[in-house]
Amino acid sequence: MTRSGRLAGARAVLRRRLLVAVPVLAATSVGMFALGAASPVDPAKQYAGAAAFTASEENLAQLRANWGVDDPVPVQYLRWIGNLVRGDLGWSTSRHEPVASVLAARAGWTLLLIGVALALALVGSLLLGSLAAYRRGGLFDRALRAGAYAVQSMPVFWLGLAAIAVFALALGWLPAGGLTDVTATGTSWGDVAHHLILPVGVLAVSQAPWFVLFVRDAVAESMRDDHVLAARARGLPGRTVLFGHALRTALLPFLTLVGTHLPELVGGAVLVETVFSLPGLGAVTVAAALGSDFPLLAAITLATTAVVLAANLATDLAYAAADPRVRLDG
Amino acid sequence: MTRMRPTVRRFAASTAAAGMLVLAGCSAPATPDGSAGGTTLVVATSDEPDALNPVLNYGVDGASLIFDGLVSRDADNRLVASLATALPELSPDGRTVTAKLRDGVQFHDGTTLTAPDVVFTYQAVLDPRVDSTLRSDLDMVESVTAPDAATVVFRLRYPYAPFLQRLTLGIVPARLLSGQDINTAGFNRKPVGTGPYKVESWTPGDRLVLTANESYFAGRPKNNRVVVAFVADDNVRAQRMRAGEFDAAELPPKLASGFDADAAYRVQRVPTADYRGVMLPTGNPVLADPAVRRALNLAVDRAAMVSGILGGAGEPAFGPIPPTSEFTDASIIGKPTADPTAAGALLDAAGWTPGPGGIRVKDGRPARFTLMYPASDTLRKDLALAVTADAKKIGIGVTPAGLTWDAIDPRMRSDALLMGYGTPYDPDFVSYKLFSSQFAGQGYFNPGSYRSEVTDRALQQGRDQIDPNLRRAAYARFQKQLAADVPWLFLTYLRHTYVLKSSVRGVAPRVEAHEHGVANSLWWNIDTWTRS
Repeated sequence: MTRSGRLAGARAVLRRRLLVAVPVLAATSVGMFALGAASPVDPAKQYAGAAAFTASEENLAQLRANWGVDDPVPVQYLRWIGNLVRGDLGWSTSRHEPVASVLAARAGWTLLLIGVALALALVGSLLLGSLAAYRRGGLFDRALRAGAYAVQSMPVFWLGLAAIAVFALALGWLPAGGLTDVTATGTSWGDVAHHLILPVGVLAVSQAPWFVLFVRDAVAESMRDDHVLAARARGLPGRTVLFGHALRTALLPFLTLVGTHLPELVGGAVLVETVFSLPGLGAVTVAAALGSDFPLLAAITLATTAVVLAANLATDLAYAAADPRVRLDG
Repeated sequence: MTRMRPTVRRFAASTAAAGMLVLAGCSAPATPDGSAGGTTLVVATSDEPDALNPVLNYGVDGASLIFDGLVSRDADNRLVASLATALPELSPDGRTVTAKLRDGVQFHDGTTLTAPDVVFTYQAVLDPRVDSTLRSDLDMVESVTAPDAATVVFRLRYPYAPFLQRLTLGIVPARLLSGQDINTAGFNRKPVGTGPYKVESWTPGDRLVLTANESYFAGRPKNNRVVVAFVADDNVRAQRMRAGEFDAAELPPKLASGFDADAAYRVQRVPTADYRGVMLPTGNPVLADPAVRRALNLAVDRAAMVSGILGGAGEPAFGPIPPTSEFTDASIIGKPTADPTAAGALLDAAGWTPGPGGIRVKDGRPARFTLMYPASDTLRKDLALAVTADAKKIGIGVTPAGLTWDAIDPRMRSDALLMGYGTPYDPDFVSYKLFSSQFAGQGYFNPGSYRSEVTDRALQQGRDQIDPNLRRAAYARFQKQLAADVPWLFLTYLRHTYVLKSSVRGVAPRVEAHEHGVANSLWWNIDTWTRS
């Protein structure tokens, strides 16, 4: 069967998934609003900060009235849905600006961080894991496994601070944080790339152990499969056997792992953003959660849900592409 | 298998080579120095405003770098004229203030400041549709009018002696904001003021870039640019300070002391009016007994708290008016160390006799109470635990409880709470609401329902009387009464700690309020800073 034949049912799957996605997103947003309603935090006090202790109750009540946060939750929810349909994501009470502009200013940096780190972690772990599996029990294998366990046991923020201490303070090679040089007059890509090396590296390294260990085990397993033994017996080069035969079969469950690992990657990104003072979604998400900022939380939750759904879909499609036994139109 | 090895080796070699390339490309460390275009100063803080608009609570106590008020404060926190030609005066009845505007002051967009701008600014704060918490502090304002283009008249509902202190609020240009929804105006991100710096750019979560206002009425700043970096995490801020990115950064005392030994840095420990103490509610059956409150006041070891918990960055506190204020009363200052013997004697005399488990008992009631603190505040937690340990020594059992504010709020009438307040500008500002019986049980104002006629009268006189000597006498009575009644266990005043590069010149620390971020920090006069 040709590759295009294998993806023949992709369009039907896409349609089916989109139909499922709507109720999932709706349920997520309802759940988010219900949780928010259960939260006892007063957004007006949160907004006032230290002034909450000197502001009169009348003053705080005016703020709540301005934002409509005293309305019953169903009313707030319907208003929010109505605005959403018209393309208005609402007003962030914790950042005091439109939700759309909070997302526009910040989501790009978070996506960039996560995207590059994920690509790096995947490529790195596929290579290293395969190489370790090829000589199972060898020096490289043992060193890699020890390293993976060690990194897995380190909290991300600790790893970040250690990386700053080594690469920024002791060696002086890389900046310790920020998106651009603190005195820069603009945002140039070279400057941003320079500043993102450490955070991307730390996020990739912190997420890699899972992937590395998994690839190593899966490849080591498939090295004993009949088709791999046969390939070897035919005298194919080691590289072809490893990457063309053994890794290929091991790749399938790996795709699933990537899909399920995405939320953890997002969590890691929040911490990395904090440690490297990057203006991504991490810090505002925390502030929105602490400040009962419904509109911003809802938008971030929805966006995250959509990304996870899309990632699952992509995983399934990739499955079909990688494994001839999987059929989408079945 | 045999063919594998070269592959591995080749792979390793190419990875190493790629790594070298990456590192070589980045080996030039950034040195913040604008030698070409004059000096750029970089300061770092954790506290990012959510709007750069004085109407929405940005820099309301002045020193906001972007805006000016009618008046400002000098290095000793004394009021001086700013946009006003001379310090305005309160009329003898304490209800009218007339300010004359300086001639020819220009906003950053080149338009001229006139009295209607001042009127617009204050009316915007008072507008209920505007999300401003400053309104609570200006509720004495009945009207603000501009009889001519250079005169502003404030009329007050009641006499309010410290009203001039409220005139530090930055003035915004009416032309750019009138007719707009101030809560959502683009002005809040890209503001236009009269101050020493214009806003060049603001990347929320990252940094605020300010450039010198060439035509600043009080003289062009001595530097060309100021960058305020927003770094929320204390450890990260310390590390970036260490990496040489900042000229000045606000850091917690323990992290700041790490820079003490390094000659390249200077640590500033700036006195504040920000105190921490335990509110003792009269609704608690044990704490209702004045003997228990006074005994606790003698039993706490303030000196140990300052050295142990604050790392030396603080002073013992005995009342709500800081020792740096002209209104402070020295007679209430007690011993900074604990006096458990005297405390025990007080309790013995009041009938609290030693009971089971080392806890005193009176009429079958054990001397126990709960001390709440906001769980996320490690400083208050440490202070609560220290109070617990000190109370144990005199036979009073304290149960510390770390809670969220929403859990604390309903319990403030009956459980003790570690609170913090303080402003250096006028004793009326916080204490009037905190200790007047008319605010008893109203939210955070007087949560413990403390009632004293003497205190009420003294606070009211401090507000009504214009004569500074009469005010000083009133606040002396107020402080003495608090020291006798002990509605609060005042523990410590904090010091704000900053680390500076040794090369920075022109720093003039002044007593700070609780809030210190972009505005009103050590860099309140950064327009006169230079680098040697």
